[in-house]
Amino acid sequence: MIWNETKECMGRDEMTALQSARLVKTVDRVYHNVEFYRKKMQAVGLEPGDIKDIEDLNKLPFTTKADLRDNYPFGLFAVPNNQIVRIHASSGTTGKATVVGYTRKDLDIWSECVARAMTMAGVGRDDIIQIAYGYGLFTGGLGAHAGAEKIGATVVPMSTGNTKKLTTMMKDFGATAIACTPSYLMHIAEVLEEENAIGDIKLKAAICGAEPWTDNMRNTIEAKLGIKAYDIYGLSEIMGPGVACDCQYHRGLHVYEDHFVPEVLDTETLEPLGEDEVGELAFTTITKEGIPLIRYRTRDLTSISRGKCDCGRTLCRLSRFKGRSDDMLIIRGVNVFPSQIEAALLEMSGTTPYYMMIVDRVNNLDTLEVQVELDEKTFSDEMGNLDAYAKKIGHVIQQAIGLAAKITLVEPKSIERSMGKAVHVIDKRKLV
Amino acid sequence: MFLKQLSVFLENREGRVKDVLKVLKDNDINIVSLSLADSSDYGLLRLIVDYPKKSKEILSENGFTAVLNDVIVVKIAHKAGKLQEVLEVLCECNVNIEYMYALSTGSDDASIVIKASDIEKAAKAIEESSLEIVSKAEIRSM
Repeated sequence: MIWNETKECMGRDEMTALQSARLVKTVDRVYHNVEFYRKKMQAVGLEPGDIKDIEDLNKLPFTTKADLRDNYPFGLFAVPNNQIVRIHASSGTTGKATVVGYTRKDLDIWSECVARAMTMAGVGRDDIIQIAYGYGLFTGGLGAHAGAEKIGATVVPMSTGNTKKLTTMMKDFGATAIACTPSYLMHIAEVLEEENAIGDIKLKAAICGAEPWTDNMRNTIEAKLGIKAYDIYGLSEIMGPGVACDCQYHRGLHVYEDHFVPEVLDTETLEPLGEDEVGELAFTTITKEGIPLIRYRTRDLTSISRGKCDCGRTLCRLSRFKGRSDDMLIIRGVNVFPSQIEAALLEMSGTTPYYMMIVDRVNNLDTLEVQVELDEKTFSDEMGNLDAYAKKIGHVIQQAIGLAAKITLVEPKSIERSMGKAVHVIDKRKLV
Repeated sequence: MFLKQLSVFLENREGRVKDVLKVLKDNDINIVSLSLADSSDYGLLRLIVDYPKKSKEILSENGFTAVLNDVIVVKIAHKAGKLQEVLEVLCECNVNIEYMYALSTGSDDASIVIKASDIEKAAKAIEESSLEIVSKAEIRSM
C-alpha cells in the first residue's frame, strides 16, 4: 500500500519542478521573515530572486544546530507566534534546548509524512498500534501518534516507562503494531520471552527509530517476535519522526522529498556529493511554515541512492546511517553531547572537568556510566560523604541530560589526558 | 589527645592496596593499624602510621588521593566488656560513632580507633573517665 501515490511515485522531472517551486517560495519567505537568513544571504550577496530552481540550492548558506541555539528560543521562526500551535524541544550541546515551532499546516504535513511511513510498514485502519516513544517535548511520541491517527489505526498512547503494562496490553488488546526505539523493542521481546507470551501476541509490524540500528538487529527483532520491522528517521529540527522511512525491500530510507530536500555533503569541503557517496546529510525544508530551515546540517553520515525501488516509489533513499560527524550520542533515544556533562561538572564545586562516559547496552537497554575524578579537596575519610558526593553528581548530570547515569568516582589523573582532541566517550554498544 | 589518621582513596582495581603499601614501605613508614572499607565502586583505606604527615605527602607525590583527619585511639585491656565501657562513655555524651577499628598494642591490651561525630566532645568525655588515650609517642614506639 502507498498512502500518497501521486507524491511518493512522482516522476523525477515533476518532482524537481515541485521542489524548485517550493524552494523559491521558501527562500522568499525566510528572506523576508527571518532576520538570520536575510543577513546570511546578504552577507554572500544573495537575493531571493537569485534562487530560481533546485539547482541553485548549493548557493545558499548552511544552518547548524548552533544557529538554533544562538537564536533561542524563537529567533528562527518565520511566522508570528499566534500562528504557532505547537512547540517541541530537544537537547542542545549546552544547557539550552533546541526549540522548534509548528503551525497547524506543519502539523498536518507532519502527520501526512508519518502516515506515509506507517502505510509503508503495512499499518492501516484495521490495526491497533501502541506508541511507545516518550510523549512530551520529544517529537517521537506525539509525532508517531498523529500519523497513526491519520491512517485511522486504533492508537494506544503507551509512552515509555512501564514495560509490564505495555506487554499486558499488547496481549489483551491484540495490538498488531508498535512504534518505539529498536533497543526498547529488543527489551520488550525479551520480556515477552520471559513471560512465555510470544505465542499470545498478534503483533505484525514495528516502526522503529530515534536511534541508529543495524540490519542484524532488525533480523533479530523480526525473528524473535515473528514480525516485520521498519526503520523510521527524523529529527526535530526538520520535523520529527517521518522525514524518511524504509519500505519492505529495506534498500534505504525513502525521503519525503516533496517536503524535505536532502543533500549529502563532503565532510571537509561541504561540497555536495554524488549518488552513493557517503557524507554529511543536510536538509532543506520546502513546505514548513513555523521554522523553515535552509541546508540544515544534520551531522548524520549517509549516502543517497536514486532510481526506482521495487515498491514502486520514486523517492530517493538514504543508506543506513554510518555514524555522526560530531560527538553526539543517542542513549535510550535521547540526544546527549559530552559537553553537557562537562558543563554540569564545571558548575559543581569540587569537581574536575575530567570525566569519561561509558555507554553500553545491557539486556538491550542502553546504560550510561560517568567516571569522575575525585580530587583531594572533596575526598573524605567517611564513605557516607563520598556516596553523597557521587549522588549529587548523578543528580546534576540527570538535570543536564535528562538521563540517569551511574556515577563512579575514580582516582585523580586516572582518566587519560589527551594531547589533541580529548576522548570523553567509550561506546561499548555493538551495532552488529 | 587526637591522632592523625591517613585515608587513601582506592579505585576497585587489582593491586591498588599493594601499590599504596609499596610506597609506604619504600619510605620506611610503619603501619600500626589499618581498615579497608569498600563499596561496589571504590575502596577507602584508613591507616594509623608512625609518620602520618610525611606519609600523606609521599602518597600525594605518587598520585594517590590521601587526607589526614583526627581520630581518637583508646586503650582497652584484653578483658570481656572493656569496649562496652568505652561505648558507654560515648553514648552518655550523645556522640555517634562514624566508624571504628582495632589495633593491637601489646599482649596485655589492645586499642580501638574511633571516629566520632563530635570528636572534641568524645575526647573530653574519655579523658574525664578512667579510660586511657594512646599518644603519638606510643604509636611511634610500636
